Amino acid sequence: MQEISSQNIKQEVRKHLLIYGLLLFLTAINFTVSKLSLLGEQTVFIVLSVAFVQGVLIACYFMHLISEKKLIHFVLILTLIFFLGLLLLPVLEFWGNIFGTVHVS
Amino acid sequence: MSEIIPYTVEHRADTGLYNAKMGVWLFLASEVMLFGALFSSYILLRVGAIQWPHGWTLLNVPLATFNTFLLMTSSVSMVMAWVSLKLNDFKKFKLYQGITILLALAFLGVKSIEYRGEFHEQMFPQTNTFLAIYFTLTGLHALHILGGIVVNSYNWGLGSRMWTADPQRFTNRVEVAGIYWHFVDFVWIFLFPILYLS
Repeated sequence: MQEISSQNIKQEVRKHLLIYGLLLFLTAINFTVSKLSLLGEQTVFIVLSVAFVQGVLIACYFMHLISEKKLIHFVLILTLIFFLGLLLLPVLEFWGNIFGTVHVS
Repeated sequence: MSEIIPYTVEHRADTGLYNAKMGVWLFLASEVMLFGALFSSYILLRVGAIQWPHGWTLLNVPLATFNTFLLMTSSVSMVMAWVSLKLNDFKKFKLYQGITILLALAFLGVKSIEYRGEFHEQMFPQTNTFLAIYFTLTGLHALHILGGIVVNSYNWGLGSRMWTADPQRFTNRVEVAGIYWHFVDFVWIFLFPILYLS
């Protein structure tokens, strides 16, 4: 994590408050979008995209990943690959792309 | 005989980190897989369902939005607590850490009100598949909040004695607890739209 000296502390605090404001704004967007029934199935895509941006902001700035060591990045990239695999496998299974369908008579 | 735990403050040459930080990130990697398995189950259940209810038709979205606000605010106060220690301001640390704990307790309070309303409406985990995965995901998340409250309360109370003996080590403890706390916030950021808004 980035070392903080008393000289740049105000800047750090200001940055965190800015990110906080942005997170609240994005939550408000998500809340509003969910209320717009006009969007239908697109709502899922929009709210998840906004959540993704919020997640990136939290990870990069609150968890200070942006200034973290490469070893941590490596561990997280490896985790992300397995995580995506975990999410993708049931979808592929459902579509019958890799396992096919087993019928029990 | 006293044994000294190595690398609580100084960085290891091979990792470039103190041990607790490396440890917490590895722990969080395992947590990602834990929640990942449940998100994966959610996808499987949703794409396989003939009908899937919109969360906002069953659940209390305003309360969940308020809880999102509480959790985000607690993340900021957690950062401020750590920053206060970096500035050698122990009193402010106590203040911000106390705020973090209170916000976390408020989150659990709101969540319990939400659960009570759902039980009152005869919505239980066994009612349907959506509610089963909803209660599993939010229940597990609430347990993580509870864990965070225990750790943060220890650092605020008894554990804060370390500040006088070894301030750098205590600051690192708070930093590691903070990383965990932001992760709990991070998970909620995805639970909220998946369960309530879509």
